Amino acid sequence: MSGDHDGPAATIAAQVRRLEELLEQRGLVDPEEVDGRLAAFLTRASPANGARVVARAWRDEAFRGRLLADANAALPELGLSMGGGLQDQRLTVVENTKDRHNVIVCTLCSCYPLALLGPSPTWYKSEAYRSRVVRDPRAVLREFGFELDPGVRVSVWDASAESRYMVLPRRPAGTEDADEQALAAHVTRNGLIGVAPV
Amino acid sequence: MGERFGPGDRVRASRTDPAHHTRIPRYVRGAVGTVVEPEGRHPLPDLSSRRLPAEPEPVYAVQFSARELFGAGDHTVTVALWESYLESAGAGTRAEEL
Repeated sequence: MSGDHDGPAATIAAQVRRLEELLEQRGLVDPEEVDGRLAAFLTRASPANGARVVARAWRDEAFRGRLLADANAALPELGLSMGGGLQDQRLTVVENTKDRHNVIVCTLCSCYPLALLGPSPTWYKSEAYRSRVVRDPRAVLREFGFELDPGVRVSVWDASAESRYMVLPRRPAGTEDADEQALAAHVTRNGLIGVAPV
Repeated sequence: MGERFGPGDRVRASRTDPAHHTRIPRYVRGAVGTVVEPEGRHPLPDLSSRRLPAEPEPVYAVQFSARELFGAGDHTVTVALWESYLESAGAGTRAEEL
């Protein structure tokens, strides 16, 4: 069996997921609202952290180099770490270039860099995303409204073990004079997962 | 104990299909990929999930071509796999030719 974790936690997670599905189907809760409340709950674990990391990397070439070489060692420069869970998880930052686009998934469950991206969106945990993005990432990106240039190669990262991944998106054009805070405002959670350009 | 594989090595993912918990995704089983880099050492979940003794062992990021995995596509998929899930596919083994 590889579909899920074993044990009581998995059973509870499955029950919660099912309950969430039923509530959504019946229109009793809005998935965006659930995600929003979780985000408020986990105030320290927020995509704002990932956005800060990206903005620093765009502004500071040396930091970008350190981040790509050893993300865990670079994060403390911003007062961040991957130690939100039981252990300091290994983080690999994968950089989008004009030729290569990265997208992350956990095909076995929902592994996600929570400390930098906050709680994962509902769709990230869905069977549809998890099974389809490894087979046909371009089609999945298209469904997010993101039409990737045919010349750009796609790398999918399946974070199903102990490592976590985060995407370093490309810096938007016209932001040459922006400071770090303004740059961070360009970065979205979907961009850090790789289902949006930024 | 060092790592058995290094960056660039060709490896084949096990065809195992155990009844117990495992963390080798079904879609990579039997496929040949290339080691990107070691990603540290962790106990094999197949053992630890059953509360069996499990020494930490190397975990590798292994890159597969979509063509190798699914018979189509021009992308790559990189998956973290425990050393126990991998066997050497030999130097210069071309997955596409197998």
